Amino acid sequence: MSLLDRPPSVVLGANHESDPTDDAPRQLRRIEREDIAELLGSAVAALAIQWLLLARLLPMEGAPAAVLIWYISFLVIYRFVAAQHHGKLAGKDRLATVVLWSFGLIVIGALLLIIGYIVVRGAGNLRLNFFTDTLKTTGPLAPATEGGGLHSIVGTAMQVGIGLVIAVPLALITAVYLSEVGGRLERPVRFVIDAMSGIPSIVAGLFVFVVWISASKTGYSGFAAGLALSILMLPTIARTSMEMLRLVADGYREAALALGAPRWRVTWNIVIPTARSGLVTALILGVARAVGETAPLLLTAFGASVLNTNPFSGAQDDLPLFIYKQVRLFKDAPVDRAFTGAFVLLVFVLIAFVSARLIGGRARARR
Amino acid sequence: MTVELADWASAEQGEDTPRSIHQELLPADRLYQRITRGAGSLSLFLISAIGLFLLVKSWDAISTGGTKLLTDRNWAPMAPVKELGVASLLFGTILVAVVGLIVAVPVSIGAALFLTEIVPRRAKGLFVSLVDLLAAVPSLLFGLWGVYFMAPRVIGLSGFLNKHVSWVPFFGGKQSQFEASVFIAGLIIALMVIPICTSIMREVFAQAPPAEREAALALGGTRWGMIRTVVLPFGRGGIIGGTMLGLGRALGETIAVALILGNVSPATWRILGGGGSTVSSAIALTFPDSDEFGISALMAAGVALFILTLVVNLVASAIVSRSRSGQGVEL
Repeated sequence: MSLLDRPPSVVLGANHESDPTDDAPRQLRRIEREDIAELLGSAVAALAIQWLLLARLLPMEGAPAAVLIWYISFLVIYRFVAAQHHGKLAGKDRLATVVLWSFGLIVIGALLLIIGYIVVRGAGNLRLNFFTDTLKTTGPLAPATEGGGLHSIVGTAMQVGIGLVIAVPLALITAVYLSEVGGRLERPVRFVIDAMSGIPSIVAGLFVFVVWISASKTGYSGFAAGLALSILMLPTIARTSMEMLRLVADGYREAALALGAPRWRVTWNIVIPTARSGLVTALILGVARAVGETAPLLLTAFGASVLNTNPFSGAQDDLPLFIYKQVRLFKDAPVDRAFTGAFVLLVFVLIAFVSARLIGGRARARR
Repeated sequence: MTVELADWASAEQGEDTPRSIHQELLPADRLYQRITRGAGSLSLFLISAIGLFLLVKSWDAISTGGTKLLTDRNWAPMAPVKELGVASLLFGTILVAVVGLIVAVPVSIGAALFLTEIVPRRAKGLFVSLVDLLAAVPSLLFGLWGVYFMAPRVIGLSGFLNKHVSWVPFFGGKQSQFEASVFIAGLIIALMVIPICTSIMREVFAQAPPAEREAALALGGTRWGMIRTVVLPFGRGGIIGGTMLGLGRALGETIAVALILGNVSPATWRILGGGGSTVSSAIALTFPDSDEFGISALMAAGVALFILTLVVNLVASAIVSRSRSGQGVEL
């Protein structure tokens, strides 16, 4: 007897008719064997339909088409199976649950595919010389393991560092204004900070190009790149810090004021130290945002293939530009080298992200 | 002492106005207020400076271009016959963003509902972190992945749609180069926008009033029925606002689109094959070879993009904060 022939009441009733005197609470959200069988059966049936359609009827190629057809037929089959077993309403609910699960898994799956692909393509060609060499003598036909990104890593460190030095004090004081001082300008400033976080990064690059590079005649430089990055970091750091400062309990502020402390002392000695780990999180999130930006750097740092340790004059490279320029050579070895750079960049971003989470999580737990 | 008290009492009897509370700040505190207010207003200054400087710098191109800005179909400010189709670039920008949102919005709504209603409680933190991590992946890496992983796998689907569903006005036509298409750029944009939309929608859905949820369940509704009748109507403002915010991000996305489209080409309706450009990718791709006039023209395109994204973002935050569900949600 197949599963489909069984009357629905047996499937549903099996759980709690077994022992009517048992007073234990019924388990909610338990996954029955039948549920799994329904899902698996529908999946296998959909696979068969997909094979039939793709191999025999439709001239379509590629994994996305296959997955799409499989998924649609899976949903259609599961809809009928669930409706037959559990009735119309519960069947709909089950179908919706499956659809929502798949949306969640699509997003996670995409993330894992991206990270996995970059790791697989990039990690293989990573040699120690990536951290010690530059591209000074590496032509477009040299193998991917040759040459390195030392100049780019140095450039990224300098540019992000300059960006931080400019953005952090401004962002922190802005956050203090929004959270501690307030006043007539509070609403417009919040509004503008929100709007700034949505500015296309390339516009920041254009702006710095106009006000710094073409006005001061210093040409492309790492400092200009730092300026552009600071514009991009400012809203991220300011908003996160503001939220972190607001988490500080009002009792601390009131206690300090009641003891006669001036307002600036309350902020400086009570609020900021209490929110310290949250502020570090804000800073790291700003770094994570800035370290992967490419477009504004194209207009400000411009990129180079040699090491330039002076951020105030001359074009400077950085990791995103390294990747971008290598990819745009459209040759196999440079593209592989770009993936190596992408792998290193991804590792930087992951480290920043995870440490922000860990520190931020501790900040929230302590509250 | 007593006389003074009596005086005060008699004076007070006549006028019943509240005593004004005037607080004298310490000089140091006044300085503190002034400094913080100054830093805060710097961002106001900065955003107007960005708009202003770009406008001034682009004046050369705007005054030479005139109506050509709106009518030219291509973007080639460096060619012998200058073509300054800012409007065509804007069209491409919006087309890519809309393709991206058509994919991203349903997925984001689904993922946000999944994160608020479905996911097992113990796994929730992990899933939320992973979605946030997707937002932290640099756009350059999305572009690389799109060009070398996704495009070769999607072109089969593109070819099929182009051949068999060509009655859809956006598909069909003589196409080559399925890899460098608005369709694929839109798919990548969708992936980059999904985490942003999802996190807004998730926050809004999570604020659906528990009493209404429980009422729906107590009346015998299924979980899906509860979502449909309580969570989704409640979260409508968040859905619209999150979509607008995603639109703002999608309009400004540069480097991933530049990598996928590869070069600047005339605007087209047909999204499956080669062709089309966005403002930001055109800036990134043509900037290195531009002369003085070319840069001025790029500035003009940049101003248009700046204003467009600014308006979209402001509308988005206004919608979210004004809707019933969005109060207290930080964009």
